[in-house]
Amino acid sequence: MIPELGHFLLIVALAVALIQGVLPLWGAQKGRADWMVLARPMAWLQALLVVAAFACLMASFIRHDFSVLYVASNSNSALPLAYRIAGVWGGHEGSLLLWMLMLNVWSVAVASFSSRLPLPFIARILGVLGLVAAGFLLFMLATSNPFDRLIPAAADGRDLNPLLQDPGMVAHPPMLYMGYVGFSVAYAFAVAALLGGNLDAAWARWTRPWTTAAWIFLTFGIGLGSWWAYNELGWGGWWFWDPVENASFMPWLAGTALIHSLAVTEKRGGFKVWTVLLALLAFSLSLLGTFLVRSGVLSSVHAFATDPRRGLFILAFLVLVIGSSLMLFAWRAPKVGLGQRFGLFSRESMLLVNNMMLAVSCGAVLLGTLYPLFVDAMGMGKISVGPPYFDTVFGLLMAPLVLVMGVGVLVRWKHDEAGPLLRRLVLPAVVVLVVALAVGSLAGKVSVVATGGLMMAFWIVSSIWMDLKPRIWPQGSTLGQVPARARLLPRALVGMMVAHLGVAVFAFGVTMVKTYETERDVKMGANDSTEVAGYGFRMLGVRDVPGPNYAAAQATIEVSRGGKVIATLQPEKRIYRVQQNPMTEAAVDTNLLRDLYVSMGERLPTGEWVVRVQIKPFISWIWWGCLVMMFGGFLAMTDRRYRPRKATQAAAAGAVQQGAA
Amino acid sequence: MTLKTRHKRAAIVVGVLVAVGAAAALVLNAFNSNLVFFYTPSQVASKEAPQGKTFRIGGLVNAGSVVREGVTVRFVVTDTVNTVPVRFEGVLPDLFKEGKGVVAQGQLGADGVFTAREVLAKHDENYMPPEAADAMQKAEKMKQKMAGTLVSGGGK
Repeated sequence: MIPELGHFLLIVALAVALIQGVLPLWGAQKGRADWMVLARPMAWLQALLVVAAFACLMASFIRHDFSVLYVASNSNSALPLAYRIAGVWGGHEGSLLLWMLMLNVWSVAVASFSSRLPLPFIARILGVLGLVAAGFLLFMLATSNPFDRLIPAAADGRDLNPLLQDPGMVAHPPMLYMGYVGFSVAYAFAVAALLGGNLDAAWARWTRPWTTAAWIFLTFGIGLGSWWAYNELGWGGWWFWDPVENASFMPWLAGTALIHSLAVTEKRGGFKVWTVLLALLAFSLSLLGTFLVRSGVLSSVHAFATDPRRGLFILAFLVLVIGSSLMLFAWRAPKVGLGQRFGLFSRESMLLVNNMMLAVSCGAVLLGTLYPLFVDAMGMGKISVGPPYFDTVFGLLMAPLVLVMGVGVLVRWKHDEAGPLLRRLVLPAVVVLVVALAVGSLAGKVSVVATGGLMMAFWIVSSIWMDLKPRIWPQGSTLGQVPARARLLPRALVGMMVAHLGVAVFAFGVTMVKTYETERDVKMGANDSTEVAGYGFRMLGVRDVPGPNYAAAQATIEVSRGGKVIATLQPEKRIYRVQQNPMTEAAVDTNLLRDLYVSMGERLPTGEWVVRVQIKPFISWIWWGCLVMMFGGFLAMTDRRYRPRKATQAAAAGAVQQGAA
Repeated sequence: MTLKTRHKRAAIVVGVLVAVGAAAALVLNAFNSNLVFFYTPSQVASKEAPQGKTFRIGGLVNAGSVVREGVTVRFVVTDTVNTVPVRFEGVLPDLFKEGKGVVAQGQLGADGVFTAREVLAKHDENYMPPEAADAMQKAEKMKQKMAGTLVSGGGK
């Protein structure tokens, strides 16, 4: 009964989504308020239905209902409860349902936090979101129904993919999807603005917090995925330039560009057309990502689906969405008008460089991801584009981006004098170079790439300081006044600084890992030991450990430094009973300075094991950097000017006070 | 005044074009020099694959061909018609198995041994890396042609 109920709820949700997608949009064109007011209740109703359907699928998982095909394919009676819940989004059909759930969360959020928006505008936004929802519901019902029955029921399930049985996997897809789908809001705002023709600073101010929110989730999802791959895939790599990773990275790059371009649109009324285009692009790339992952066109760890019907449906949907929004763009964009003029050396021109670099990076990832598919589809042979391409391109494109990131925050809007500012930057530039060289030689090796990477990190920090110092500690003031002045800083400004600091932390981590990591594959039996980069690793022994749905061989390895034992690591090689797949479970000892990473390879006929030992300096900074960026985003989106009117008046009072200070 | 503004705008436009052009040239150059081509064991046997250049081979791991000497592994990749001996140092992926699909990236030595720097096997036991599946299909077609038999493609 429960699966049928879930199926039925999805069908009703489709009907509701169609109403939500058609009537309010039509009403907004015709000026009929009675149709426009339908948008909010319909969004709520649809969300209710989808949540209920999601609960139905979850119930089937929890109750081990193996008469549901999807449950039988992705669960097992021995699967622990937490993974049965995560199993809901462990496969293709369930991930789509999760996608839908996220879309509804966003729609409802927009419906509730939009009391200040004019009715036609909110009607259009929710209408567009309704159409997107209808497309995905149709896709689910037509090709990927998670509630399909399996008759006769399976005696037991085929188990969740062992790779996905990890705490990181429980949170990774929901966060990633929140980000992916979150760009649908920016998309809907852009389409609504094109339809209404009212693209002004107010529009940008409404759009900004939503875009930043989506960006925060996407950052978290990508970071979590990277952390998960590092801990779970057993290779010790944190980013593989795998097409699926690229699929999530492209919307991130477009979204980051959008955040910066929106700043210009809000503050100076500039970059309007470009901002709208980026909003359309970010969501299109999210859809493209969904297509790449869900259609089975890729040969990567994430490609679950192999049904061509699905691929064709998403491709058609993708063409429809991108095509219609670009047509709308071509038709309406000229009405939007250009923004204010700006000088050759101004905050705007710096942000223009930022957007260009991010757009080129995004294009470079797109090229490297799609070209092999294109060549394959044309029957021109098989090629692959490896990490060296992406590493090279990113290293070279990020350098100018970081350079202007440092200069840009110090440049005034509209127009600034280049000379005085550049003269002020000479000293910091020299300091940054010297510190980078010093850190390099302290770490044991000075190379061009390492110095460049470290300079990027330190350059950002120095520019934040140069921006911050005159604000909180101007000449002639005492150190005691700093906290009082710091409290007066606008939250959005602090958010920007924190986010940029996150980039610095990230760049530092990446540079240190790339340059100074060491790795060794060794043969180890009981009491064998090896030394890597000053750390001694001694294998105490390997024993068999049973798990709930797997059997594992667990090694115990003692790590010592300078004769003192500092950690005991227990990596495992697991065999999952149902799918009979081996899985490497790495053991990691982590602190802020380095990770010790040990994973087991295969067992040799002589009874010894091949063990991979890795020392990864500062690798955790990569993920800390992501968290710091997210925190910056959070500060920026909770700035007072985005909050309802009462708070805005308080902010105005605060601004007056600040001006006086 | 207007002339000055116009000059400034022209400078911005030119600057943007030059920057984007340079960036694009850089990307394409890096792209070109990092393309990795794929060859089947039969193509390697017929000397189509370059020596001393990185490429990928794919097929099945020949049953009984895996020999381990400490951390060095030797195995043979086959497309059921021709074979390539492969040498690899390090930890093989979890799903590397005799008789299963595999893709290896590395260089072909003068002695005809392929030294792999990376070995890929995929996450699902029944799933064949597309490259490996492709190699098998091509070899199968060749075999049929040579045997002079006409069998309508029976699917994979």
